Order: sequence, then C-alpha cells, then structure tokens
Amino acid sequence: MKKLILTELEQAMLAGEHGPAIAMCMRLIVGVAKANQATRLIEIESAHADGCLYHGIAGLEYTEKLVELGGQVKVRTTTNVSSLDLLHPDLVHADATLATNGRRLMDAHLALGCEATWTCAPYQTGHRPAFGTQIAWAESNAIVFANSVLGARTDRYGDFLDISAAIVGRVPFAGLHTDEGRKASLVLDFSGISRELLEEESAWPAIGALLGDIAESKVAAMIGLPGDLSDGGLTEDRLKGLGATAASAGGVGLFHIVGVTPEAPTLAAVVNAKVETIKISTEQLRASRDRLTTAVGDDLDAVSLGTPHFSLAEFEYLAKELEGGDKFSASIDFYVSTSRGVLERAEALGYAQILKNAGGRIVTDTCTYVTPILNPKIKTVMTNSGKWAWYAPGNLGIETILGSVKECIASARAGKLVRNDALWF
Amino acid sequence: MLSGSKSLTGRALHPGSSSGELLILDQPISFWGGVDHHGVIIDVHHPQCGVSVAGKVLIMTSGRGSSSATAVLAELIRVKKAPAAMIFTECDTILVIGALVSAELYQIQMPMVELTADSYAKIPKSGSISVAAETENMIGLIKWLE
Repeated sequence: MKKLILTELEQAMLAGEHGPAIAMCMRLIVGVAKANQATRLIEIESAHADGCLYHGIAGLEYTEKLVELGGQVKVRTTTNVSSLDLLHPDLVHADATLATNGRRLMDAHLALGCEATWTCAPYQTGHRPAFGTQIAWAESNAIVFANSVLGARTDRYGDFLDISAAIVGRVPFAGLHTDEGRKASLVLDFSGISRELLEEESAWPAIGALLGDIAESKVAAMIGLPGDLSDGGLTEDRLKGLGATAASAGGVGLFHIVGVTPEAPTLAAVVNAKVETIKISTEQLRASRDRLTTAVGDDLDAVSLGTPHFSLAEFEYLAKELEGGDKFSASIDFYVSTSRGVLERAEALGYAQILKNAGGRIVTDTCTYVTPILNPKIKTVMTNSGKWAWYAPGNLGIETILGSVKECIASARAGKLVRNDALWF
Repeated sequence: MLSGSKSLTGRALHPGSSSGELLILDQPISFWGGVDHHGVIIDVHHPQCGVSVAGKVLIMTSGRGSSSATAVLAELIRVKKAPAAMIFTECDTILVIGALVSAELYQIQMPMVELTADSYAKIPKSGSISVAAETENMIGLIKWLE
C-alpha cells in the first residue's frame, strides 16, 4: 500500500489549526488522495468550480457549510454554469425550489471568493492556465480541454473537490497531474478518413463519441487528424466539441492529437511503450455520429447551439452565415448558449444583434439542457453539440439530431431537417 | 464462514459495510444525466436504461461523463436512493468524492472497492453480495453465498 505523506503545514491544516473550513476541505482531499494512491499533495494555481448547478440539498449544504465555517478560495476560481440565467431571468422556467436554492448555491460560491463567470467554457472567457500548470478543474469538458488543448494538468474532478481544492490550494499528486499518467495507452489512426469529411463540423463530435466509447477513461493519442491551434479558433472549437463529447460518451480526461495538441509534437512524445493502434473507418465514424441522433424523420421544433458555451469565434461564424439571409421559421425556437463574458464582446461586435434579428435567443449563465428553458411542447431538437445530443434525451425526454451550424441554420430557416449526408458514405 | 460462502478482497476506496442484490452494468454510467432522482437509469444510450440502482451493489468498470455525478450521487445517498455499495475495476474519483461528502455531511458510509480484472472475473453474475471496506489499511472484503 502506498502511503500518503503530508507536510507539517498540511497536517496542521487537517488538524483544524487553520480553521474548520480548511480542515473540512482537507478531509475530502485526503480521502481522495488515499483512493487515488497519491503519496503527496501538490499546490495548484487555479480552480474551476462545477458545484454551482443545483442538484439537490447535499450540494447546497456542503457549499453553505464552507461559507458558514469561513472558507475562502486561495487561488483564482471561476464558476461553471448555474441553474439560472441572471441576465435573462425570464428564459428559465424554474419552480420556487430551483429558483431559491439555485440562487443560494450561486451566492455561496461568490461568498467563498469565486468569480461570477457561470460558464462551462472558462477557457474561452479569460481563464486559460499556462502549459504545465497544476490546476483543479471540474466540469468534464473543461477538464479535457484544459488538459488536452492547453496542456495544463488536472485530474477528473467532480463537484465539492473543486471548491475544496481551491480553499486549501492543493490536490493529490496522482493521475493526470503526473507525467506518467498523461501517456497514451492506445492510438487511434484516422488516416483512412477523407480530408473532406474531416473538414465537416459534425466529424468532430463523432470522433469524440468514438473516442469516449473506445478509450473509456484511458488516455488516447490520435493520428491522422488535421488542425492548427493558432488558426484563430476553428481547431480550438473543433477540439472543444470533440472533448466534450468524449467526456460524455466516456470518462476521457485527456487526449493527444499528434502534431496538433501541445504535448504531442510526435507520437513518441506521448506513448511510452508499444501500444495498440486502432485504425478507424468511415463506417465506424458514421455509426458514432448516428448514436447522437435519436430522431427519425425530418420534423424539427428547435435548435440549440453552444454546448459547451459558444465562443467568440463561433459567434463570428454564425453571424456571417446569418447576415443578409432569411429569418428562422416561426415554428422553430433557436437558442445559443454562451458565457456573459463572450456575450459582452459578441454584443459589441454586433454578432448578438444579427442573431436576434434572425429570430434567435441567447442564453447565458446556464444551458438549455440543464434547467427548464425549452417549451415543454418541443419534441425534436437539432444541435451541433455531441454533448447536448448525448444528454438531452435523458434530461429532457426529447429526440435529438446532430448537424453542423450551417445545417442547423438551414433547418431552422426551412422549419424542418436539412442535412447533407453525401460525405458520410 | 458459512459453508458455500465465497469471498475475495480488493482495495478499499471508501469505508463502510453493506449488502444488496448485485447489479453488474454492461457499460459505465454517468450519474448526472444518466440516473434520475429515484435512482433509475435514464441514459438512452445505456443498455440497462430503465433499471434501478437503488439499494443494489453496483458493479462497473469505471465512471463515465459528468463532474456533477458527484453531487447527484451525494444527493441519492442523502435521500436513500443510492446503491448500497459500488465496485469498480478502476477507481472513479468523481464517485468517490460523492461518498466522502455524504460521510462528511450525513455520516452515511457507502462502501466502495476497486478490484483487479482477475478478481472482477470471479464475482458472480447475480445474487446477494456483501461489501465491507476500511481505509486504514485500504482493504475491501466482498462476500457472497454460492
């Protein structure tokens, strides 16, 4: 059995000498350290707290207890989506419990010293930890993005641990925090997929669903995929969608794309020994894409974009596609979820107004599938998000269709599904 | 030990002792977005969609999906709709945190044990099973009747 060794300072923190909030957080950190066989704790530079979405009394009681005991975050801590849209309160049809407790949970996070970002994509609104930085992030898409695209280091954390780590400024040194834990144990080869298909937006959530399915919670390296993280946002948003879907269909916390993501200039840099290589076929990719569509036929009631939250680059693209074109059909509700930080810039640049003129609605601080926003009569929703498509049938009891932003716009204008499948066969 | 009783040991991830009917998941599940407030699987992609995990000794290879699974599990434990115990082949930190928080807030201990793939293969496919885990020496004991 590996033994956890705490420093004198950490022992004092655990013993309550630095106050009861720190002791309570240390009990959680130490419990996780033991489960993960960590031999020591390490200091972190930032945290992203996922616990601000209301799931019941337990989460509220934990967070309010930390406030009551005088807890304060030691490192920069951003907040994930909440259950409410504070900028557009009429959009969320919360019952009294959700409205009250959802707000209390948000207020408790602010009282602990967190920033009011309320977004699942903190990395696209100013919270971008540097390469190699040790951090404690929760929210599955933010975890996989921070690890894979930024090269920062967080394990797959859940609610409570994120805020507790922020308060003690430490996490167990294990898993994806370590060099060894970041090596790939399998390789997926996409060289058999046509370049034209890989330039299709929907290919990326499909790759994510496939990755989640095959890798489960293992680290995979992918070869044969195009991309350049300095291209102004296209590659970054593709990888955001890929990671979010992989972390829904599987427990993926880190992936490497050779020649694209920062830790993988070469395959040798991320693979230790000889590992299995799986060659991916177009049929496999199509089957993964098709798992993200549950609807049959071409009826459509709504479109939801922005899961994870829409970036400024995505807004710019959307505005270009919409400008000068037809408005959405009156039968289609069209939503875009984004952060308040990105919205501010999208408003300044005129993108938000173009969307509103077309008939679209903007949701901030939350998301259309985690809290009651959609009209209960809505049966079928089209989305560009593999993550939304993965969870919405269970969360909302609706049918989903996966398509690109371009196809979502065409469908919203036509009032029924418009999708081009030619490249997929 | 009773005649016909079998046991094996694994690594304790969270202390506690309990027992229940076995439920082996064919695929991992995300508790957020995958299990409702009554403990019923609602993930439409999951082969066991519609099955209840409440009171079961839940066995799965590892976790999947959302960070919010922690809060959902803690809440299920609070309202007594959680599994009686959980067994993994790979420690899932997100779920361990849920168990730790329920112990901190409500003094309810839900045992969690990690098994090697070899031990995992020896677990029966159904029936009643008991789990006792202690984290002083990190030992998890699993017992069942043949």
